[in-house]
Amino acid sequence: MPFSMPQLLAVDWWALGAVIGLSSGIMLLLLLEFVPAGARSSRSALISIVTLAASGWAVWQVADARRSIFGGMFLHDGMSVFFTLLFVAIGLLSVLLSWDYVKRTRINQAEYYALLLSATLGMILMAASNSLITIFLALELMSLALYIMVGFRRTQLESNEAALKYFLLGAFASGFLLYGIALVYAATGSTDLQRIATVIAGSPLLGSPLLLIGSLLVLTGFAFKVAVVPFHMWTPDAYEGAPTSVTAFMSAGAKAAGFAALLRVLMRALGDVEADWTAILTGVAVLTMTVGNVSALLQSNVKRMLAFSSIAHAGYVLVAVVAGGEAGAAAALFYLTVYAVMNLGAFGVLTLLGRGQEERVQVADFAGLGFRQPLLGLAMTFFMLSLGGIPPTAGFMGKVYVFGAALDQGLVTLVVIGMLNSVISVFYYLRVTVAMYMDDPQGEPVQVSWAAPGAIAIVVTLLLTLWWGVQANGLLDQAQRSVRGLL
Amino acid sequence: MNGMPWLSILTFFPLLGALVVWLLREGNVRLIRGVATFFAVAEMAISLPLWWRMADAEPGFRFVEKVDWIPALGASYHLGLDGISGLLVLLTTVLTAITVIGAYTSVSKRPREFFALLLALETGMIGTFLCLDLLLFYLFWEAMLIPMYLLIGVWGGPRRVYAAVKFFLYTMVGSVLMLVAILWMYFLNKAYTGVATFDLEAFYRLPIDPAVQVWLFLAFALAFAIKVPVFPFHTWLPDAHVEAPTAGSVILAAVLLKMGTYGFVRFAIPLFPQASEQFTPWIVALSIIGIIYGALVAMVQPDLKKLVAYSSVSHLGFSMLGLYAMNPQGFAGSMMQMLNHGVSTGALFLLVGVIYERRHTRMIADFGGLWKPLPVYASVFMIVMLSSIGLPGTNGFVGEFLVLLGAFRTNHWWAVFAATGVILSAVYMLWMFQRVMFGPVTHAENEQLSDLTLRERLVFAPLIVLIFWMGVMPQPFLDRMQPALDRMLELSRERAVASAAAFPQSGAAPASAAAPRDDAAVSAAGGRP
Repeated sequence: MPFSMPQLLAVDWWALGAVIGLSSGIMLLLLLEFVPAGARSSRSALISIVTLAASGWAVWQVADARRSIFGGMFLHDGMSVFFTLLFVAIGLLSVLLSWDYVKRTRINQAEYYALLLSATLGMILMAASNSLITIFLALELMSLALYIMVGFRRTQLESNEAALKYFLLGAFASGFLLYGIALVYAATGSTDLQRIATVIAGSPLLGSPLLLIGSLLVLTGFAFKVAVVPFHMWTPDAYEGAPTSVTAFMSAGAKAAGFAALLRVLMRALGDVEADWTAILTGVAVLTMTVGNVSALLQSNVKRMLAFSSIAHAGYVLVAVVAGGEAGAAAALFYLTVYAVMNLGAFGVLTLLGRGQEERVQVADFAGLGFRQPLLGLAMTFFMLSLGGIPPTAGFMGKVYVFGAALDQGLVTLVVIGMLNSVISVFYYLRVTVAMYMDDPQGEPVQVSWAAPGAIAIVVTLLLTLWWGVQANGLLDQAQRSVRGLL
Repeated sequence: MNGMPWLSILTFFPLLGALVVWLLREGNVRLIRGVATFFAVAEMAISLPLWWRMADAEPGFRFVEKVDWIPALGASYHLGLDGISGLLVLLTTVLTAITVIGAYTSVSKRPREFFALLLALETGMIGTFLCLDLLLFYLFWEAMLIPMYLLIGVWGGPRRVYAAVKFFLYTMVGSVLMLVAILWMYFLNKAYTGVATFDLEAFYRLPIDPAVQVWLFLAFALAFAIKVPVFPFHTWLPDAHVEAPTAGSVILAAVLLKMGTYGFVRFAIPLFPQASEQFTPWIVALSIIGIIYGALVAMVQPDLKKLVAYSSVSHLGFSMLGLYAMNPQGFAGSMMQMLNHGVSTGALFLLVGVIYERRHTRMIADFGGLWKPLPVYASVFMIVMLSSIGLPGTNGFVGEFLVLLGAFRTNHWWAVFAATGVILSAVYMLWMFQRVMFGPVTHAENEQLSDLTLRERLVFAPLIVLIFWMGVMPQPFLDRMQPALDRMLELSRERAVASAAAFPQSGAAPASAAAPRDDAAVSAAGGRP
């Protein structure tokens, strides 16, 4: 592979703003620990906020530029800008949600925020990568940070179990992915997505088992990261055992990052093998939606329920991926954004429940909450309705757009299955509202640990959930423009 | 209406009210009631001029507001009103105002949230009737479930959670398939005209392959049939009605069920004429079964509220039958029946609520001889009951008569079977009335009951006026609805011809069947009953 010293223009430096900013932020956070701050200090959180905001701002400056950086390893295009801003937003909201939660649960702040920024950086790089190698590196950067974060409540057994499970299965998945990359490389002689596509196009390679098995293994690796059936087993345990703020962050961010990379690989590199993966992904989408929703019906722990619901939502995004084309990709971007917002909101409400280290996340803990905490109840109600896809919320628009894209491709059966699935999902989402408004609390009512940053995050996510429910045009338009030229 | 967005104001004024009520201090119940009443009555006042504005017999939509909503999808914020939706909007605003006043004393638990939800519900209902953009329509159609779900689930009876969730899920199962159908039509239209839009007027101009129509019709019809409810999709209704608080039952019966029949007349019939024609025997059969079954089941109910709930199934069967008679009389009768059912059944639920508030029971067996302690109540009950039976001189007669007339013109047997429902309704209503009102007072508790208060008399007065007005002088109502109904009927026929012409192969068989059967008869009747 020819390699020369990359020529970076000013615009490239701006485009790398997020990478540079976040890396500096991580180092600053860790270095500052030589001067220990008190357990109640907000130093690390503040630094993270500033870092994230600056990173987002830098990329925003060159949002319209289209560049290929480091010899085509990274792309600065509509999609990477869209995802960078999304991940920065997810990072910001997660920091706000973690602000009080990590203090309350005595989590070491500097390390926590450094890992959060590392994971965010990994996500951003994943979405911007144009080479299987960089995708893998970025994915590992994100995953390693997340493994640790999941196990952060190290004195608690569930957290340890969750981290171990996540790590072991994640390691397997990385192995699959890497092996897949090796096979694809063996078949095509390149790891560059664009070049892979060029090599495959019109060549006899199309039917080559090497390429097929390679792509299948790559798909498997991503399927694990975005938690689709049958590679979803780790999700409920990891989500339940992880600190709630981490669950919020990874459910929104890791999923979106996985899909970003998946979209790039499928549509850019493997576009010509489409017929093969469409059939597989259709089946996987049906399974994912159904298994996710049906399993969620049986949960009494809201964190676990939302874990299964996140699996189901991955299924909805897969429907958009199966639909393919610009409309499908735009629908996936739109849905991932909407999902991130409403899911962060729902988990955000969970982070406020309980005092100190106690976890009050059973459905029963919500009993009577709607009337005791009207704003929190209202927010949770709308998050649940949005996750269920009921208007006037963002989740509804997301479903309209995803299923619309699929219907446009004639995938009527898939759409009907998806729609009926959303009815199943409403049943368990409603259970939370039933508890909040219609049940009387048993035992000691749950305490709410209000804190300004968390409240701000919840209000922001609530407003976005409602705004995109009644006026989604801006986001839709953005998603459509971001995928233009992707194919 | 010189630039004033009247329909938007009508739609969102109650939502503003809901917000204001929700922001009031919880303890001040009198203020909460007062503010809620102000908004409900003001909303009614805003809507009343519609009655005079609709007198011009204009068949199309008026006061149209249309602005881009989601240009990226081609959805627009498109509101408009014709004779059909206009009358239903009036029904909604009048009934909501009455319900709010009627609920003063019956709601002791969290009145603030209760009234706020009631007003929010009104926004949902009016929005559903006024939307001419299918995406927007769907948004209102489903968003409306949320306040109703909470009203039943929080303020309802012992099995309220079960009833509320059942209500929500039943309605949603039907609705999601309708959403698929809406999206399907959207892409059909995009392929046919190249324009991406959810606009109803555009869909009215789109010829649809009769083979495709079948699927689209089934999806729409399921959503509406569950809402009506058409037998056998009615099983959510008794639960929802029995468990809902009085105000919830009144709104549910008076307005929400009308959305099903409204959906048929506005969407399912004109958009999919061939499919509609093809399924006519099924729908008519189900309607007639519903009429008779509802009446028979109502007869054996020990619970007053359940009796009224099943009578709804029977009455709305008439409404569906009228629609599927597919002639002007049937349509007019169906529409009258919708309004009648709103007024009479709404009043019946209020009456049951009144007695429940005093005795905390609704069992027929717990009453008897109520006429003695409660003469005014009993008289009001009698008038409402007679209107529900369809006694000439009351509103019920006009609707049922027109429906039977329309059905008779299409198929004699339909009318014969449906007419038994009229007789049965007299049986269950009169028998119930006899057991509750006549004879000696069988329970000592009932002797102490107090008669209707001034507020309650004020609540029932407008309903009784409406009962007699619509019964004695229905022409003003018919004049307002007929042009719009005729337009829907005409549209359905035009579209059947256009679709058959555009898709000759697959449309061959259904198209000949769909050809207007009695065009001559229609023109002879002059389009007016």
